Amino acid sequence: MDFETPLTARIKANGEVTTLAEYRDAAGYQGLEIALSMESTAVIDLVKESNLRGRGGAGFSAGLKWSFVPRGEGTARPKYLICNADEMEPGTFKDRWLMECDPHQLIEGMVIAAYAIEADIAYLFLRADYEVAAERLQQAIDDAYQEGLLGDNICGGSYSLQLYLHTSAGRYICGEETALISSLEGKRAVPRAKPPFPQVSGLFGKPTVVNNVETLCNLPHILRNGADWFKSLGRGEDAGTKLFGVSGRVKNPGCWEMPMGTTIREILEGYAGGMQDGLKLKGFLPGGGSTDFLTEEHLDLPMDYGAIGKAGSRMGTGTMIVLDDQTCPVGMVLNLIQFFAQESCGWCTPCRNGLPFLRQLLEDLEYGKGRPEDLETMADYCRYLGPGNTFCALAPGAAEPLQSALKYFRRDFEEHVNQGGCTYRQQAKANG
Amino acid sequence: MTELIASTANLPAAGEIEPLTPEERAEIEHEISHYPNRQAATIEALKIVQKYQRWVSDGKVKAIAEVLDISPDAVDAVATFYNRIYRQPVGQKVLAICDSVSCWLLGCTELMDHASRSLDIEPGETSSDGRFTLLPTPCLGACDRAPVMKFEDKLITNLTAETLDWILKS
Repeated sequence: MDFETPLTARIKANGEVTTLAEYRDAAGYQGLEIALSMESTAVIDLVKESNLRGRGGAGFSAGLKWSFVPRGEGTARPKYLICNADEMEPGTFKDRWLMECDPHQLIEGMVIAAYAIEADIAYLFLRADYEVAAERLQQAIDDAYQEGLLGDNICGGSYSLQLYLHTSAGRYICGEETALISSLEGKRAVPRAKPPFPQVSGLFGKPTVVNNVETLCNLPHILRNGADWFKSLGRGEDAGTKLFGVSGRVKNPGCWEMPMGTTIREILEGYAGGMQDGLKLKGFLPGGGSTDFLTEEHLDLPMDYGAIGKAGSRMGTGTMIVLDDQTCPVGMVLNLIQFFAQESCGWCTPCRNGLPFLRQLLEDLEYGKGRPEDLETMADYCRYLGPGNTFCALAPGAAEPLQSALKYFRRDFEEHVNQGGCTYRQQAKANG
Repeated sequence: MTELIASTANLPAAGEIEPLTPEERAEIEHEISHYPNRQAATIEALKIVQKYQRWVSDGKVKAIAEVLDISPDAVDAVATFYNRIYRQPVGQKVLAICDSVSCWLLGCTELMDHASRSLDIEPGETSSDGRFTLLPTPCLGACDRAPVMKFEDKLITNLTAETLDWILKS
């Protein structure tokens, strides 16, 4: 490897956890000490300068997000930092790795972010199903309190932060930052209208920042090595490294840390080893279940927010889901729409009613009841579910794989209508 | 209307409060201390009760409401929203097979059918001997090792029909 991998350098091959002592031996918590020696506004400036963008999917500048938090005398207190560890995007499995194997990196990142926004309390919002991560994080939090890295007068200075682990009870919508805030208040995870933005009125009506696990894990390294170093890690326009993952019928599915701007081909063909024998690549979702399909023609694009956006998709979480030529794209989209319909919180009409309707049309197609006009109806519905028509990004995200499948795999949809159902299943049956 | 009244009359009387055990109460109070108000610990309270009882009964919903100082409806609204809270009894072991996209690509539909046939139940049901509850579950975040399932709290990766048979017989 000819590049640095700061996020995963301490992760052991056997999957065991890095202890506090081991983490400190590897320069752990030095980033925090540097941060505490700086003015909190200087930490924000440094992170802005580093061009760290949110790794949860939206890609918003982390430093800019922090800068919207009210500061100084007379500001509403307490202020909150929340780590969004509700990794539930279908096909996404990157934060699990960081939390299970190197929990102190995340805790250090959280304290740095909390210091930057002058937060008093931090919550780590962890999805229900990550029991191993929960156990290791709680141990790490206890150890950090023990050694004065959390709690009152951190590292002997004047800054104090209480940090609590909250384990959730399921539901994809909790990953949406305002729904997550509702959930943390002990309510149904229903998103909230913006404005007011959480930075001004968030958890319990107080100033709040929500950052993704991987975003926070970058902070100790930025503090220690500087903004220029961080920018130099990326190959293209975006800064830093990124965890990229591949799942589906490839030879070597997995998750790896690589420079931002690594090409899709390097990830799919190099790291993931290409398709399993006898299969060809048909398409892929570049950043989780709620991103538009891309195809073979996009393989040489760099994994940068801008480049993937220009190609009509989103880098999202950076974990790709690969569709092969012997799996039905209509069936795959039906599976995704089924997921989003089920996980809709039910608050707003386009999402609550539109997604089950789309699921019905796709089921009709799969099982031989599709009509030619359904394809146009589905395309129309993707527009109705689009940005601006719903409370949050769940429905627009759900529409993305469908709208792009209608574009790239149109023939498959038409054949489902003409052949009276799923042509892939018919073919499989014919082949015995 | 008469029919409705008659059928409601056959239902058990509105459930009594099922008091929290000292352990449940202590753990819930500990979680409450992490928040500025008691309601915020609703999810933790439900999970704590479920850890001991394996599900959350109407009587426990009332007891949680009392300790959090909110209405039973507010507790139930939360309990029924989150898919990891069980509002009906479950079997001795819960099998939750992932049915999201990466597992679908790797054949989870066939695995769910296999489990369903072997246990002679539909997803969402409990086997007649009370040993297993079979549930579909959204993405478990281990897509590089698909197909996967949860067997109680344990993640089982690269799931096969043989592994399922072995678990169901054990």
